[in-house]
Amino acid sequence: MAIAADALPAPASRRTLRMTLAGVFGPLGQVFIFVVGSAIVLSVITVLVAFLLRGTRTNVDLVQATLTILPQVIVDGLVRGFLFATIALGYTMVYGVLEFINFAHGEIFMVGAFSGAALGTVFAASGILNALPPLLFVLIAVIVGMVISGTLAVTIERIAYRPLRNAPRLVPLISAIGVSLLLQDGMRLIANVTGLGFNARFPTPNFGPPLQLAQIPAADGRTIPLILDVRALIFIVAATLMLIGLNYLVNATKLGTAIRAVAQDRPTASLMGINVNQIIALTFLIGGALGGAAGVLFGIRVGTVNPYIGFLPGLKAFTAAVLGGIGNIPGAMVGGIVLGFLEAFVASYLSLLTGGAFSGASYADIVAFAILILILIFRPSGLLGEAVAQKV
Amino acid sequence: MGTTSLPNSPFAALNRGLLAYVALTAYIVVTSALMLMNTRTSLGTDVLFILFLLSFLLLYRAKVSNGYKLALGAIMLIGVVPYFGTMNAYYIELAIQAGIFVALALGLNVVVGFAGLLDLGYVAFFAVGAYLWGIFSTDQIGLISPGASPVSSQLFYLFMALGLFLGAFFGVLLGLPVLRLRGDYLAIVTLGLGEVIRVLAVNLDRPINITNGSQGIKSIARPPLPDFLRALFPGLNDPQLYQLFIYALALLVVGLTVLTVFRLKNSRIGRAWEAIREDETAAVAMGIPLVRMKLMAFAVGASFAGVMGVLFAAKQQFINPPTFDLIRSIGILAMVILGGMGSIPGVILGGVLVTLLDLQILPRIATELSALKRQGVVIPDWFDPAQYQRALFGLLLIIMMIFRPEGILPDQRRREEAHATEEQEALVEVETGEAKPA
Repeated sequence: MAIAADALPAPASRRTLRMTLAGVFGPLGQVFIFVVGSAIVLSVITVLVAFLLRGTRTNVDLVQATLTILPQVIVDGLVRGFLFATIALGYTMVYGVLEFINFAHGEIFMVGAFSGAALGTVFAASGILNALPPLLFVLIAVIVGMVISGTLAVTIERIAYRPLRNAPRLVPLISAIGVSLLLQDGMRLIANVTGLGFNARFPTPNFGPPLQLAQIPAADGRTIPLILDVRALIFIVAATLMLIGLNYLVNATKLGTAIRAVAQDRPTASLMGINVNQIIALTFLIGGALGGAAGVLFGIRVGTVNPYIGFLPGLKAFTAAVLGGIGNIPGAMVGGIVLGFLEAFVASYLSLLTGGAFSGASYADIVAFAILILILIFRPSGLLGEAVAQKV
Repeated sequence: MGTTSLPNSPFAALNRGLLAYVALTAYIVVTSALMLMNTRTSLGTDVLFILFLLSFLLLYRAKVSNGYKLALGAIMLIGVVPYFGTMNAYYIELAIQAGIFVALALGLNVVVGFAGLLDLGYVAFFAVGAYLWGIFSTDQIGLISPGASPVSSQLFYLFMALGLFLGAFFGVLLGLPVLRLRGDYLAIVTLGLGEVIRVLAVNLDRPINITNGSQGIKSIARPPLPDFLRALFPGLNDPQLYQLFIYALALLVVGLTVLTVFRLKNSRIGRAWEAIREDETAAVAMGIPLVRMKLMAFAVGASFAGVMGVLFAAKQQFINPPTFDLIRSIGILAMVILGGMGSIPGVILGGVLVTLLDLQILPRIATELSALKRQGVVIPDWFDPAQYQRALFGLLLIIMMIFRPEGILPDQRRREEAHATEEQEALVEVETGEAKPA
C-alpha cells in the first residue's frame, strides 16, 4: 500500500485522509456498538430475571423497581466501563509490545489520582480553586497527572524491567509485582510526609448540581428524576477524547506505525531502523499517561483517594484487556466497556433481586474474576482478538 | 555472580578437617550460652537470637559429618530453642511463626520452584485449613446447621489430616481451570482466585452465616495439652506449656514437610515437574502426563498450607479475612524467591529471614526509634518502619530479580541454568555480531 501511495501521489492524500478517519473512528464505532449492545442485552436479561422472580417478593414490584433504576445503572456502567477501558489500554499496549503484564500499572493509575489530589490541595490552599472554571481545573489536573504518571512509567521501565528483558518470563513479572508493592508504600509514605494523609481528599471546584435528564414515573404516582452527575459526564467525555487521540496516534501517525511494527516483530522493526528501546519507552509513556489521566478523573469523581485504590481497578482493567483480546487496542476499550456494564448490573441488581441475601458490591468483584477465568478457558483470544498460536 | 561457597574467604581455613568441628561447636555453644544468659526482650537479645539462628546456616555449610550435623541441629531445635522459649515467650512465638511460614514457603516452592507455576493466591489454601478448624471447633458450626455442636478438641489431629485433604482438594479445584494457561496468565488468575476466597470469607455471613464475615471467628479450640508434658515439666505454667506444645507441633509439621519435599524432589514426580518447568512441549513429548503432574503440584503445595492452616487457627484462636490477604501470599512468594526457587535449604532460609525481617527486625527498629524519640531525638511521626511491610517485600522482589534471580542458596540445576543462558546469550552476541540492546 505504501508503494502504491508513492506512485500515485494525488489520490493518495485523499485515501490517507479516509484511512485516517477510518483508523480513528473505526475502533470508536466498534466501542459504540458494544456500548449499545451490552446495555441492551444486560437490561433485557435483568428485566427478564426480575419478571421471573416477581412472585418471590410481595412488598415490592420487582419489575417496576428494576426499571426505575435502570437508566442510572446504565450511566454507572458507562463510567465504570470508560475507567476500565482507559486503564486497560496501558496493559494492552505494553503487552502488545513486550508480551509482559505490567503488574504495576494499577499503581500508576493511583499515582495519577494522587497527583491530582495534591494539585487540588495546593490550589485550595492558595485560594484559587474556586476562582478557576471547573473545566480548566480538570484540564490542568489531567495534564499534571498524565505528565507525572507517564514519567513514572518510563522510569520504572528503565530501572526495573529493561534489565530483565531477556530473562525468563516470570522474572520481569515478579519484578513488576515488587514495583507495585513498592509504589503503594512509597505513595503512602509521601502522602504521610506531605500531610495529604492516607485517605487524601481531592478538592475540586464546585461542579454545580447534577443534570436532570428526565423524570421517570414511579409506582405510586411520584416521579423519580434521572440525574447525571457532571463529574461522570466529564469522565465519559474526557475518556472518549483520549480514546480518539490514542487511535489517531496509533493508527494514523508514523510513530504509531513504529509502535505497531515493534509489537509485531521486534528484531525486524529494529532492522528497519526503528529505535526499539525508544518505542518501548514511548509505549510505557502513553500507557502511563492514560492511566494517570484516568486516575485524576476517577479521583475527581469519587472525592478521596488512598494508596491502595489502584489495585482492584488495575486487576479488573487487566481482566478487561484479556476480555477484549490482550494486545489489541480496540479490544481493550470494548472489554472495558463490557466489564463495566456487567459489574454495574451485578452491583446494582444482585441485592435487589435476591432480597438483600447477597451484597452486590462485593460479588461484583467475584464476577470480574469469574469472567477472567471463563474467557481464558473458552476464548483465550478475547472478544476481538484473533487466535494466536503459542510460541514455543 | 558465581557460587555461594566460600573457598577463598578467610573462613575457609576454619572449615577444614577437625578444625571445622571445633569451630562450629564453639560458635554454637557460645551463641547458645550468650542467648540463654540474656532473656530480656531487647535489641541485644535480638542480635544474639539472630546470631544463634545463623548457626543453622553454618551447620548447613560446614564440612562435618552428616550425623554430627543432625545431632547438633536436633539439640538446638529440641533443646536450646524451647528452653530459651520457657524464659522468654516472645522468641518462641517468633520461632513458631517462622516454622509456620517455612512450611508454607516449602509448599509454595513445590508449585513455583519445582513445577514453575507462579501461584499468587497460595494463602487461599491456608485460609481453607484455618476456616475448617475455625468453623468446626466453635459455635459457628451451630449457625450453619442448627443443632450441630462443636467437635471435641481431641479431634484436632484428625482435622489436621482433613486439612491436608481439603487443601489438596482445593488445590485441584483451583488448578483445573487454570491448567492450560501460560505462566503470566496463571499468576494473575491465581491472584484473582485468592481474592475470590478472601471476598467469600468476608461475605459468606449471609444468607447463611458460614464464616462470620469480617468479624472473623473467635475462641477457636486448641488441642488438649498432653498430660505427659505437664508431668515432664512440672515447673512450667499452662501458657508456657501450650507454647512449647504448639512449637513441637509446628516443628513436627515442618520436619515432615521437609522430608516430603526432599523425597518428592528426587523422585520420578519431582523430575517430571522439573521437565515441565524447563520445557512443557519437550516434557509431553517424553511421555510426561502434563495435566496429572501439574494438578499434583497444585495439590501437594496446597495440602501443606491446609495442614498449617489448621495449626495456625488453633495457635491464634482467632481468624479473620485480612489474615489471608494478598500481601500474605506475596510475602510467602518473597520467601521462596529470596532463598532460591526450587532449593529446599534456600527456601527454609528465605522463610526464616523474611519472618525475622517482618516480625522482629522492623518492629525492633520501630521501638528503638520511639525510644530515641522519647530521649529527645527528632524523628518524624510518619517514619514507622514496621508499617512498611509492602515496601520491604517489594524491594526484596525487585532486587532479587535484577541481581540474583536464582536466590541466596540456589538450587544446583537452577544455578547451572542461569549460567547456561548467560553463556548462550554471549554466544549469540558473538555469532550475530550484534550487542544486546542496552
